Amino acid sequence: MNSRSEETRKSKILAALEDQDTSVSVDDPLENSMVLNMGPQHPATHGVLRLLVKLDGETVIAAVPELGYLHRGYEKLAENMTYHEFIPHTDRLDYLSPISNNVAFAMAVEKLAGVELPPRAQYIRVLCCEMARIASHLVATGSMAMDVGALTVLLWTFREREKILDVYDVLCGARFTTSYTRIGGMSTDWTPQCTTMLEAFLAEFDKDVTEIEQLLRTNRIFIDRCEGVGYLSRDQIVGLGLTGPVLRAAGVPRDLRRDNPYLVYNDLDFNVVTATESDALARFYVRIAEMRESAKILRQALEKLPAGPFRADEPKRVLPEKGRTYTKMEELIYDFMLINIGVDPPVGEVYSAIESSKGELGFYIVSDGTGQPWRMKIRSPSMTNLQALPYMVKGGMISDIVAIIGSLDPVMGEADK
Amino acid sequence: MTNDEIVAALKAAHPDSVVQVTDFRGDLAVTVRKSDIVKVATSVRDIPSLAFDLVIDVLGVDFNRPGDRFEVVYILYSTTHKRHLRLKVAVEEEHPAVPSVTSVWPGANWHERETFDMFGIRFEGHPDMRRLYMPEEFEYYPLRKDFPLLGIPDSLPLPRR
Amino acid sequence: MALEKLQQDGFLTTRLDEVINWARKNSLWPMPMGISCCAIEMMATASPRFDISRFGSEVMRFTPRQCDVMIVAGTVTYKMAKVVRKIYDQMPDPKWVISMGACASSGGMFRSYSVVQGIDQFVPVDVFVAGCPPRPEALLNALITLQHKIENDRTLGKLFHGEQIHIPESSLS
Repeated sequence: MNSRSEETRKSKILAALEDQDTSVSVDDPLENSMVLNMGPQHPATHGVLRLLVKLDGETVIAAVPELGYLHRGYEKLAENMTYHEFIPHTDRLDYLSPISNNVAFAMAVEKLAGVELPPRAQYIRVLCCEMARIASHLVATGSMAMDVGALTVLLWTFREREKILDVYDVLCGARFTTSYTRIGGMSTDWTPQCTTMLEAFLAEFDKDVTEIEQLLRTNRIFIDRCEGVGYLSRDQIVGLGLTGPVLRAAGVPRDLRRDNPYLVYNDLDFNVVTATESDALARFYVRIAEMRESAKILRQALEKLPAGPFRADEPKRVLPEKGRTYTKMEELIYDFMLINIGVDPPVGEVYSAIESSKGELGFYIVSDGTGQPWRMKIRSPSMTNLQALPYMVKGGMISDIVAIIGSLDPVMGEADK
Repeated sequence: MTNDEIVAALKAAHPDSVVQVTDFRGDLAVTVRKSDIVKVATSVRDIPSLAFDLVIDVLGVDFNRPGDRFEVVYILYSTTHKRHLRLKVAVEEEHPAVPSVTSVWPGANWHERETFDMFGIRFEGHPDMRRLYMPEEFEYYPLRKDFPLLGIPDSLPLPRR
Repeated sequence: MALEKLQQDGFLTTRLDEVINWARKNSLWPMPMGISCCAIEMMATASPRFDISRFGSEVMRFTPRQCDVMIVAGTVTYKMAKVVRKIYDQMPDPKWVISMGACASSGGMFRSYSVVQGIDQFVPVDVFVAGCPPRPEALLNALITLQHKIENDRTLGKLFHGEQIHIPESSLS
């Protein structure tokens, strides 16, 4: 018993908590503070995030998050496997929108190897990314509302999400962790059945989102719990390096789809949603508006989807079509070399990023000319967004912590890599 | 704002800090001297034609070569000019240390902690130099090339059944 | 099977056993140890389409003191193992563990320095579910398998006659 408390007292994270600047003025100071551990297993922490909170009564004086409870060693694993073998691992990063991670990784390797995609593959990737964005925002808004107390919203958003997962099921065979992209294209083609299902979904989507929003728009309890909570000024947010809906809710119209367009976002017409209040309520509404914009993009992309090949035709870099692999000799050899030895990239380093539903998801690849990367760094938006947590919760109450974590929308699989 | 303009502006501000410039697949990467990194970072943020105010990432690379074994890479973004930039710094193997840029961009805080956790590169002037992912008592640096993928047995404790 | 049981245990304890086991298996409140991607499929199982509360798991209480079965969903790292074990110890008897997904059962696709290769190294597991992540139907199948296992549990029989649990192969399908 004695040694446990010794261990706790000498713990570095507790020292970090004590060291923090505690100049927060409270109305009625109790003159003694308490350290509360919102442990890794907690209903409202969106995964395994540990938060040590120093409290004076109900007011939060300081907070220190601790990560690492889901650190699976992705970057070390990537150094030991070929680029194709790493694709299923990228699914498990931001596990609310797995296809966008696949697309980000494939784009980074294609930039490194210099592979050009056919237009049909680019449109299919845009369709998948926007569906993933809608699915992820549905879970984010649902769980934020559930954490604040409105349980019905979560059940309704999950009902919508099931329709998207059904489309994925027909498209790639898995509802969730899809591993759909390949270097140079996609694994299977977009079928007319997927178009029918997606059109049926889109026909009712706007009405459903409006229904979900009506539950909360004038709800006095929801507004009181989220308005003004977790406010950070625009300069602080930019200084901390936050990206995604959190940055846009602070008034900075930064969206990689508009500023540094990738795939075919140049040809599609959509708005970048911003707000100015930079609190939890603003972020919630930014996400809901972004879902509507994504639906707009999906309708345009479905109309413009061209016919053609869905994989680039570069035998030394891109896996050949399965039918030809089983019947022709050259394709069999290329398939064998690509699976065993890997894509043949030049020596060099690239960084490539997409705008995922959480922020800027980037891959930095250092290649030494072999089929396995020398170093792969995953720039995860959730880890950077969580940096702002200690600044946002200072001065608020314990129950605000839950609303703030919900509005930041961290996914620990990505934050812990 | 092309790559050449950025390099010219940097060289005008700090003529002897820039060691090497590479341009691969459209990405600009500028290697600077380790001792000047804070000065270069401040001017990269403050000069209006550069204005790189968003720190995207700070990471380490282990090249496993004699001489400067490690490299620390800073990936930056400018919200006004809408482009990325990479700054690189070479770090030696014995007692690797780099001055911290948290005074320039507060967002580099956790990225530098992660680089310390994975590679053992210390950042001087960092307010809170602790491990980020591995437990505090862990003695090794996982992403170095001499650490095995499967780990070292008994380096992490497991509860009894 | 019933004839065999009549000869081995007392008649009263087996009848009471059946009632107690029926009550236990139809009200298994899960403790969702949702760690990573499998947690999202677990949430989907609780959502209106797959509806785990049809099978008695009405509420997912996040406090271990009120739960019967712990569903470990996701990759367990060495840092997290201590926490999982602590939560398992805090659950009152009788308790069961469902190991959901490939990562919890055997380390999954992560063969690396920080991932525990299977939670059965530190907690006793009753049902393993394969899949990455397992579909919600697979999780429901696991719950039903666990219910079959509880059905054949000799609760009072163990207490009074001190015998081991024996699950006949025929009832597990």
